[in-house]
Amino acid sequence: MSATNGLTIAVPRGALFNGTVDLLEALGLDASELRSNDRKLLFENIGVITMRPSDVPTYVEAGAADLGITGKDVLLEQGAQRPGEVGREVYELLDLGFGRCTMVLASKAGPDPALAALRRLGVMRLATKYPRIAARHLEETGRQAEIVEVKGSVELAPLTGMVEAIVDLTATGTTLRENNLVIREEIVVCTARLVANRVSHKLKAAAIDALLTRLRELPDEARGRGAPERQAVG
Amino acid sequence: MIHPIPSGTRDVLPEETREVRAITDTLRGVFERHSYGEVYTPALEYESVLARADMAEARPAYRVFDETGAVLVLRSDMTVPIARVVATRYPTSDPPLRFCYFAHCYRGVRPQRGQPRELLQAGIELIGAPAPHGTAEALTVLCHALDATGLKDYRIGLGDASLFPALMASLDVPEDARTTLLETLVLRDFVGLERELEAAGISGEAARLLVEVPQRRGGPEVLSDTPAEAVAAVTGLRQVHGLLEPAVAERVIFDLGLVRNIGYYTGAVFDVYDPALGTPIGGGGRYDDLLGRFGRSLPAVGFALGVDRLHIALAGEERGTGALLAQAHPNAGAATEIAGAT
Repeated sequence: MSATNGLTIAVPRGALFNGTVDLLEALGLDASELRSNDRKLLFENIGVITMRPSDVPTYVEAGAADLGITGKDVLLEQGAQRPGEVGREVYELLDLGFGRCTMVLASKAGPDPALAALRRLGVMRLATKYPRIAARHLEETGRQAEIVEVKGSVELAPLTGMVEAIVDLTATGTTLRENNLVIREEIVVCTARLVANRVSHKLKAAAIDALLTRLRELPDEARGRGAPERQAVG
Repeated sequence: MIHPIPSGTRDVLPEETREVRAITDTLRGVFERHSYGEVYTPALEYESVLARADMAEARPAYRVFDETGAVLVLRSDMTVPIARVVATRYPTSDPPLRFCYFAHCYRGVRPQRGQPRELLQAGIELIGAPAPHGTAEALTVLCHALDATGLKDYRIGLGDASLFPALMASLDVPEDARTTLLETLVLRDFVGLERELEAAGISGEAARLLVEVPQRRGGPEVLSDTPAEAVAAVTGLRQVHGLLEPAVAERVIFDLGLVRNIGYYTGAVFDVYDPALGTPIGGGGRYDDLLGRFGRSLPAVGFALGVDRLHIALAGEERGTGALLAQAHPNAGAATEIAGAT
């Protein structure tokens, strides 16, 4: 039986990649090809498929992978947060601890333009790559916002005056600072999570639980070793 | 010319209809052999009548006003309409009553997810047959029906909706924390479950049990050494299992974390899994309080299969290309065999 107990694992490319591969190596997986070839997507011999983090829940939900690793930010954005809501349906099994970063609401330094907009217009404009997280946060804090979804550098939106605030992920706050933005609110801390397909979780219970046990038994260093803090994307 | 239809609906053309019809004919034959009489009920119902049931997850999503201003809804399942039929049309008949149905139900969808707004369900309702015998009968009909369609590798996940609430009550979890904990489990978030326990000030052995027990799933061995707090629910599962014929019993995977967010489930609940599909093909359970809400208090159990999902699973098994079957792994099938060995 292979290091992954015969399971297929969705591995995220990008900021969570190194932490994930370290973890798989600590489990005894031969990840040399996975590390060296960043164009290949499918590593059949070791049961790994690679993709961007936001695609991991999609592949795992469909059963194309039994397990996957992705950020809590992705799960919050794509999953149901209340029963009855529609979202990606996967099991969230383990907080892997690495890739720690914070979802924040930020606006231009100086007097908070978002506050001014709320006071004078009753609504703030807000740019984000995480429209569901942003909408939920504003609803829970009783504010009205016009949410503008952007795909690229979110920091640009308030600088051009298109919006008064942004909701984005940050590890160190450097990108925000360099763009003259300050954190006004911390919404939620996000780390890497292990997720499982609903059917695999039942039909491959023994294999998944054995892997979970081995993951839990890893020393803390092996879990987070070499994992760079996840940068605010863009 | 393209004249669109709403996303999540579709036209079924003769080739597919023929295959779907073969499946439903097979299911109908099995249901009838077990004395389940087929019923039709209206797709449109009064919202106020269906609202007697606590639908939670499967609340009707489409509403219209009729000529008098009354609110009509498109049914979202068949269990509640059949509960209404029993209370209204069979107020004095001796139980048990057995019904089956093949009906389209209507659900809300999230755009661009390819989810069906209209789905064909096939199922049975067994009214007036308490646990454990009623549950065992429903599971038996379920397996006979799936066997008859030719589905080979399916398994039934069997749990009890009352297990986790009972566990929380006996471990003295504060009342106000119970809903949140249950919802977190419904969302399949075990990391969140640990966090919520911490937030509620629950620690030590109680916290350990509340995280560990709902992750237990597998063969009958998961029922042994059950904590005293969950014994009642587990005893119920064991009784059901004991009543099953061997061919049905060996399909069962016990799943102590199986919960339902459809509010009317009270006892045993089950899901149908097949390695050819990444999501359950169907499911069901006991709803012993639902009939009472319509004025005829009877224990009941039932299940519904998604006919389209069953069709996909059958096709996937046939080609060996279903979701978990086609994974990029040399041992993709091996892990399933581990589960099969339990």
